[in-house]
Amino acid sequence: MAGLLGRLGRVRWWRVAILTLVAVYLLGPLFSALWFTVYNSRLHQFSLAPYGQLFSAPGFLASVRMTFFLALTTIALEFVLLVPAMIAIQLRLPRLRPIVESIAMVPLVVSPVALTAGVSTVLGWGLNDQGSWLFRLDADLQNQSFPLILPLIYAILVLPFAFRSLDAGLRAVDLKTLVEASRGLGAPWPLVLWRVILPNLRTGLLSGAVLTLALVFGEYTIASILTFVPFAVWIVQDGQGSGQLPIATSLLSLLLSWAVLFLVSFLGGRRAAAVTDRSA
Amino acid sequence: MAIATDPPRTGAADSALPRRTTRRRPRNLGAWGAVAPLLVYSAVFLGLPVWALLYQSIRRTDPATGVTSFTGQNLTESWHGIYLTAMWGSIRLSLLTAVVSAVVGLVTAQAIAQSRGRLLKQAVLTASGVLANFGGIPLAFCFIAAAGTAGEATGLIRKIDPGFALDTFTGLVLVYPYFLIPLMVLTTMPALDGLRRQWREAAANLGGSAWDYWRHVGGPILLPALLGGFVLCFGSSFAAYATAQALTSGTVPLITTRIASVLSGNVLAGQENLGMAMSLDTIVICALMMAVYLPLRARSARWLDS
Repeated sequence: MAGLLGRLGRVRWWRVAILTLVAVYLLGPLFSALWFTVYNSRLHQFSLAPYGQLFSAPGFLASVRMTFFLALTTIALEFVLLVPAMIAIQLRLPRLRPIVESIAMVPLVVSPVALTAGVSTVLGWGLNDQGSWLFRLDADLQNQSFPLILPLIYAILVLPFAFRSLDAGLRAVDLKTLVEASRGLGAPWPLVLWRVILPNLRTGLLSGAVLTLALVFGEYTIASILTFVPFAVWIVQDGQGSGQLPIATSLLSLLLSWAVLFLVSFLGGRRAAAVTDRSA
Repeated sequence: MAIATDPPRTGAADSALPRRTTRRRPRNLGAWGAVAPLLVYSAVFLGLPVWALLYQSIRRTDPATGVTSFTGQNLTESWHGIYLTAMWGSIRLSLLTAVVSAVVGLVTAQAIAQSRGRLLKQAVLTASGVLANFGGIPLAFCFIAAAGTAGEATGLIRKIDPGFALDTFTGLVLVYPYFLIPLMVLTTMPALDGLRRQWREAAANLGGSAWDYWRHVGGPILLPALLGGFVLCFGSSFAAYATAQALTSGTVPLITTRIASVLSGNVLAGQENLGMAMSLDTIVICALMMAVYLPLRARSARWLDS
């Protein structure tokens, strides 16, 4: 008790003032959004109706389902590409590390808008001669019900985050000893990967996956410029007219992604937190 | 002694006896095989679009003759007229919001780093992760509820600034720190966590005041993290598109919304590749920022990891 009082006493007033201001600024819009969605000022009554209407809103379920599959594809792609490569770099090819690290930094320099500009140009090339395999590939990539091009670009977009989270996970375990021990006991490579390395990377992989899921659900720039309608684009399109619904959806998606990330960070303790801090 | 007993991790394979070279090659072949897909993928989905961007930004089709040729005209025009206005708008907005967010974010991070509640810290860090990286559209809508035309706090804000509206430059200045402050908290938290209590105690034991500690120990160690955080905030603000588009529908001139509008065909004939030229401009600006940031990060990492 005395310790607590002493600690409170040491807190300086300016810090309290700034933290209060920041807290008001950060929590204000969230509470406004909550109030806006549950209180009807014309009828003076509270109702959770906007949250119920969500599921019957036209296009909601379709966009959520599509975005969910886009996210799963992105996660799978990202792990298949990154996990073996990063293990190989850690164990055998450390001199490739700077190269892969700088590739993982490039998406921070090439903004999503710029990347989309490039991608739309490349996609445009395929449309030049109809009937060729390039044209068919192009059309398949831009299929409206499942635009495969989006996860392919998202995998690039999440490279900085995924690289850091996996890197933190790999550095936390003594990979070399683990691998040598299991190889020495006669385990073939796939078994080592599946039974030894992946379980050790569990929290890193999990938080990487959750971050990717959240990123894909929030991604608007690329999808809207390439004229696809996943979740974030749907909110905006649907939000032009009606008042409460898009705000309810936004609040819900923010809180949900935060809750999931928070839970995951507890599963992994400090290590998962490190993943988010070094994200940028 | 530690150096002698600790085998260098990186050079172990290379410094092996020459006899082992024959055995090493097939093993490394497997490692290359594991890295190759990533390299090829990056080349196709990152390298190819960027190359297309570079190429298209110096190509131009004359609408009268239909002849396409190499020219520097796109790049020149991207620095004139409404495109220059948009670029200035973006740079001004980014500088302003990045400065504010860097200062506020650093103070916030410091307060959180010193609090001992693990729960609070974890909650703040994960919330920052969500807001800094994925906020975009949901954030814009929360602000519409808070400070939009029918917003809950709009009246309050208009008492301070009577002309306030969310779809103006001022509106964006209000909204952007909402995802930049969390970003700053995330980037400076490791550095703040790395400041050891012992350093402060050592400074106090040697007779230094709090000011001396920050002037000679804490400050120099934090400076790279602070500048790095500022650079990232600038970059994030500069590259932001979703928030601006959802709030203003492009009425505030910004480079990202301008590029998007050119890409969707909103441009004079012959100027189609201006979008590419402007994208190239943004890449150059972000690359300059990164060139500042990376050495700074390396510098602060050297102190904090040891």
